[in-house]
Amino acid sequence: MPFYRNIAAKIALLPMIVISLTVFVGCIIYSFVYSLTNSKLVPVMNYVGFDQYERLFKQRKWDVAVENIFIYGFVFTIGCLIIGFLLAVLIDQKIRGESLFRTIFLYPYAMSFVVTGLVWKWVLNPTFGLENSMHMWGMTWFELDWLVNRDLAIYAVCIAAVWQGAGFVMVLMLAGLRGIDEDIWKSLSIEGVAKWKSYIFVILPMLRPMVVTAIVLIAAGVVKVYDLILALTSGGPGYATTTPAMYVMENFFSRANLGQAFAASIIMFISVVCILAPWAFYEFYLRNKYANN
Amino acid sequence: MSTIPKGPRPKHLTVGRIGLYCFIIMCALFFLMPLYVMIITSLKDMDEIRAANILNLPKELSFYAWPKAWSQACTGFVCEGLKPGFVNSVKITVPSVIVSVALSALNGYALAFWRFRGAYFFFGLCMFGAFIPYQVMVYPLLKIEDFLGIYSSLPGIILVHTIFGMPILTLIFRNFYASLPIDLFKAARIDGGNFIKIFFYVIIPMSTPITIVAVILQVTGIWNDFLLGLVFAGRDNQPMTVQLNNIVQVDYGVAEYNVDMSATILTSLVPLFVYFISGRWFVRGIAAGAIKG
Repeated sequence: MPFYRNIAAKIALLPMIVISLTVFVGCIIYSFVYSLTNSKLVPVMNYVGFDQYERLFKQRKWDVAVENIFIYGFVFTIGCLIIGFLLAVLIDQKIRGESLFRTIFLYPYAMSFVVTGLVWKWVLNPTFGLENSMHMWGMTWFELDWLVNRDLAIYAVCIAAVWQGAGFVMVLMLAGLRGIDEDIWKSLSIEGVAKWKSYIFVILPMLRPMVVTAIVLIAAGVVKVYDLILALTSGGPGYATTTPAMYVMENFFSRANLGQAFAASIIMFISVVCILAPWAFYEFYLRNKYANN
Repeated sequence: MSTIPKGPRPKHLTVGRIGLYCFIIMCALFFLMPLYVMIITSLKDMDEIRAANILNLPKELSFYAWPKAWSQACTGFVCEGLKPGFVNSVKITVPSVIVSVALSALNGYALAFWRFRGAYFFFGLCMFGAFIPYQVMVYPLLKIEDFLGIYSSLPGIILVHTIFGMPILTLIFRNFYASLPIDLFKAARIDGGNFIKIFFYVIIPMSTPITIVAVILQVTGIWNDFLLGLVFAGRDNQPMTVQLNNIVQVDYGVAEYNVDMSATILTSLVPLFVYFISGRWFVRGIAAGAIKG
């Protein structure tokens, strides 16, 4: 095919091609190359091998960050899936005011992570927040000091995140539930299967593609979590709720330790690839293969 | 099944239905609680906030906090409230949305109708970019913008939003155009339309619904962005989310929770407004742009 054929389309796509190559591919290569140097305040080409990675894995703070991202990723993903699915099932029961409930469950998703973080910071405030309310109502045994508790602060982040993200899963699941054939419901009710059993053992497996998509999307978002934690706990108390994204940003912009930041960001990138690769392989390769046969 | 049954309405309110409604209303209250707390806190004065239950309605309405959050609250040494942030966010959002939507529509059109060898390879690269954590790209991109002389400026942040909005927007435009009848395009070709003419006279007039979805997605996404605004906008163009965080997280002085909450509401007004008036379109945007995570 001669180069000038379709030239208008090629020119139109030029910005996309340039951006894909320079930003998406170029930046990763740049980060990787400089993660092999001992750059501090400015990037310098001073090759030190994998020293930065070795140092990274020895950092206590990085350990905490990785541990946190696993806790957060697990609780947030599972929480969103369970609550999102539950809400979708509830809304699917031909209830009155369906659109009102849907609006209520989804509105947090329209808000900024910063807003979500700041609101929950206030609601969970150890002096004036919900704990205080419960005490005023006579439930003096009630404790909700998560934000100042090193071991529990990360779960406060999870609550805020689930509150914001559950509606998103609900929308995906509801679309799936609405796509289920009426005949399946009819045959299930003729068989006399209890409704909750039908949902868990028959309908849920049928929604598997939706569930898988939801998990992948949520998990890819988990790795990025930054603004929410910055607003809610600023990584504290101490560095108890720090995350890899925060570690990277700190080393870039306040600690002037570029090499560390590059190394940590490359680890983040690799973990996203590990989440995406099996899914992409399944979605785009296996499915096409079986579709063609 | 399709005929409307005659006779009195069947009584649906069994014990199970009542339980269902109770449960879904409790869920709704949980989801609404932070919004409720945000609003009532912003309408109390500090004495009442310190003395009373966070969930109680204000005894007397105080409108002290709102004007203060808007035009007097301090970020560091500057006490101009959120107003400059609002202006900046508008200055960032409007051009970013226009540029990114226009560019992505053109991309989607070229990909759907004017395929050439390699086009889909670059599109795949571009989609891959949607999943890369920003932290991996932030520093190299900053260097690129510095080289171009637009780092820390309005064009700089607009370019960044265009870049990061492009993958998902291109995807939804491409999917929309791929669903249009190809005969339409062929007819336009036979009538002598070229790349530009077909785009302007045939495709754009048909693109209203998908453009609305794309605009909603981008307006909420860019308005809610924190990280990119923080790094790329520069001190003079900081968006509202960044200023909000600065106002609330000040280390000195007495914390004024009512001002904080007013500021938080003010920041989320635009996306909430978009969400409440656009309802179904927003949901379509989520389904189409599910990849945004």
